[in-house]
Amino acid sequence: MTEFWTQGEPIADTAAPDGPVETRWERRQFTAKLVNPANRRKLTVIVVGTGLAGGSAAATLGEAGYHVKSYCYQDSPRRAHSIAAQGGINAAKNYRNDGDSIYRLFYDTVKGGDFRARESNVYRLAQVSVNIIDQCVAQGVPFAREYGGLLDNRSFGGTQVSRTFYARGQTGQQLLLGAYQALERQIAAGNVEMHERHEMLELIIVDGKARGIVVRDMVTGEISTEVADAVVLASGGYGNVFFLSTNAKGCNVTATWRAHRKGAYFANPCYTQIHPTCIPESGSHQSKLTLMSESLRNDGRVWVPKKAGDHREAADIPEDERDYYLERIYPAFGNLVPRDIASRAAKNVCDEGRGVGPGGLGVYLDFADAIKRLGQPAVEAKYGNLFEMYARITGEDPYVTPMRIYPAVHYTMGGLWVDYDLQSNIPGLFVVGEANFSDHGANRLGASALMQGLADGYFVLPNTLGNYLASGPYPKVTVDHPAVVEARRDVEERIKKFLSINGDRTVDSFHRELGHIMWEYCGMERTEEGLTKAIGLIRALREEFWTRVKVPGKGEELNQNLEKAGRVADFFELGELMCIDALHRAESCGGHFRAESQTEDGEALRHDDEFAYVAAWEHAGFGTAPTLHKEDLNFEYVHPTQRSYK
Amino acid sequence: MNLKLRVWRQKGPEDKGRMVTYEVADVSPDASFLEMLDVLNERLILEGDDPIAFDHDCREGICGMCGMMINGVAHGPERATTTCQLHMRHFKDGDSIDIEPWRAAPFPVIKDLVVNRGALDSIIQAGGYITAPTGTAPDAHATPVPKADADAAFEAATCIGCGACVAACPNGSSMLFTAAKVAHLGLMPQGQPERSSRVISMIEAQDEAGFGGCTNAGECTTVCPKGIPLNLIGRLNADYLKAVSGR
Repeated sequence: MTEFWTQGEPIADTAAPDGPVETRWERRQFTAKLVNPANRRKLTVIVVGTGLAGGSAAATLGEAGYHVKSYCYQDSPRRAHSIAAQGGINAAKNYRNDGDSIYRLFYDTVKGGDFRARESNVYRLAQVSVNIIDQCVAQGVPFAREYGGLLDNRSFGGTQVSRTFYARGQTGQQLLLGAYQALERQIAAGNVEMHERHEMLELIIVDGKARGIVVRDMVTGEISTEVADAVVLASGGYGNVFFLSTNAKGCNVTATWRAHRKGAYFANPCYTQIHPTCIPESGSHQSKLTLMSESLRNDGRVWVPKKAGDHREAADIPEDERDYYLERIYPAFGNLVPRDIASRAAKNVCDEGRGVGPGGLGVYLDFADAIKRLGQPAVEAKYGNLFEMYARITGEDPYVTPMRIYPAVHYTMGGLWVDYDLQSNIPGLFVVGEANFSDHGANRLGASALMQGLADGYFVLPNTLGNYLASGPYPKVTVDHPAVVEARRDVEERIKKFLSINGDRTVDSFHRELGHIMWEYCGMERTEEGLTKAIGLIRALREEFWTRVKVPGKGEELNQNLEKAGRVADFFELGELMCIDALHRAESCGGHFRAESQTEDGEALRHDDEFAYVAAWEHAGFGTAPTLHKEDLNFEYVHPTQRSYK
Repeated sequence: MNLKLRVWRQKGPEDKGRMVTYEVADVSPDASFLEMLDVLNERLILEGDDPIAFDHDCREGICGMCGMMINGVAHGPERATTTCQLHMRHFKDGDSIDIEPWRAAPFPVIKDLVVNRGALDSIIQAGGYITAPTGTAPDAHATPVPKADADAAFEAATCIGCGACVAACPNGSSMLFTAAKVAHLGLMPQGQPERSSRVISMIEAQDEAGFGGCTNAGECTTVCPKGIPLNLIGRLNADYLKAVSGR
């Protein structure tokens, strides 16, 4: 098996402070070097992506006085996929007086991540969470309120306190608009140069430091090079490697993958969160899956028929022939068990032939009890827009028939390796939000993605990036530098290659097929045999892609298939690395369930003695086995225990 | 089901553009409108034709990126629905469907159904925000907001900036968009200090961008996928009058 990778030197997070966890961030901020305000305007920072992490970072850096160049592939920064997050954002405010604290949020997050995240990072995240809510309220984010005018909260999957702040089912949209408005303000002030409909296609490295990017103007097709003093990637996750996922159609891995090929380590790529409450697939035309907020599990009860092959309508199945399996198996948490547990439980009952709906890939999420208890108007007030969305997509009325849900690929916990300062192993290349690997470990708690994006962008990066820039100034780079010219030529040649193949298969047909392989063998459950097989299948399909793909049109125009081709080409390489990472990690943890490693009653079984590390992969050249660098994880405060929600 | 589509094809901003007819067969009623176009595009590519360019992203009705005129109606026949959330079950076998881009002076066509809506961002740049520097905000509970105000602000804030209101307006006005933003921020205590300057500069910005004036035609609210109500425009006008008279 070792032909798939080679073992490299161990690595360590040299930026992480030690001492009491409560004061680490404060001390790091104090020891960080500062940039004089007058010098900031002479420094240029590129920020790729305008979601919660990138938008808040660009706005904050612009406000601090740096010259910021911001890029997004959408037509406006307001459309980044953070906008689709529904449920909420966690913060350790303890406004409910239910025993919450920074320490408890820290504890829950480390435990929820199955002890595969760094304690220092997670503690900082919990600390900063408190400021995020203050910041967003000051910006006018219309969070839900109590009658007394104070902020309302709710509880969210996997936690027993109400620490989630929300704006009906559109929390992501409201938080993103806050960041977007702050960003637009900086654009108007001339501090941020905004480039919409631009896609980063290469990273430029000069003398070992990240100094710029190559971008394509997606309207004219013009390729240009942009140089800067530092580069920040905030380009989101890579769930679209599975083709069907809850990600926006344009979400891609290109920015981080191009950086990986230039030397940035890719950490824990196999950690994919499968979200338990999505609308099931309806046919071969399907282009994406739609998530239903997890908050639904607060009031909805999940069940399937007790008998396999019971095809009666939900209403015709009497109470005693229903299996409320989450409440049965996990009485303490019931329908609120964490995402990985809920997803796998759904898969198990469907594998037993007890799934509902077309194809038997679905379970019921039933609100009958909640409607009886609270009345339909109350349920409507809480979840109205979600019910409406469900009805629109499926053509069924969830107030009358229970919703059908099934797990779908949602969030990727892996990403580029960064140190405590959010800096990758390439100096000057910083990575924030879902694009980095830190903070969530092997599984992400609900309502924690928005928290991390905004923590990184508003509060962490603006402090740590200054430290890097203060160590400069770094020599000026001009666009005729050989490294810049070479990066640009690579991009141009790649585009030429796509357009010249002129084969007989569309990009989407390859993407769909790659997605099937990934879902089948690197999805909810993985085995050594399946992963080995998947690697072979991916390699063969990739070869076919490069000889048979058909990309119509020209490079010098708006060409959506050319955009897709570049992204799918990168998904092929990433998909293989995901399988290799999943193969080498012969344990189960969080979003990575290896069938060979489970407890007697089918729960994930970790092997802390062997695998309590971050797997950081180094690109060793195309066609050469990647190199594995391990960063050991130490747990001084939250001691690893077998996760149990029973 | 089988359908006849008449689609606006325009190679680029300089091209004159024209309607082109396509027959599509075996469309699943469960497919979304955009998935139906995906299927057609796959066929066009293999036949050596140029696929139809259209904007889309989240396909969950929230990012605001998709949008096209379907039989002359922005986002199509279903009320309160984005194009990506419009499903083919709302059409009949044998239907003929016209598909065109948003048409408004400030939204130039880039290609086929793709238009440039950057003018909406310029309205936000003019003052569609609260000036709140990062890192110094008071505790969130220091500013109570009456629930009714917070709910009303949220309703206005649900605008996704898709531009359907502009496309549907006979005057090409962006008043509903601007009104939603002005109401969202103006309904909250945090938004009060800049309330007057905000409304004046946003109105000026939309005039500058070339959007037309509002004559209460009401088409905007009819097509709005988020149901932003027309009375917010009344609120906007009231705020504006108060602001200019107080200047």
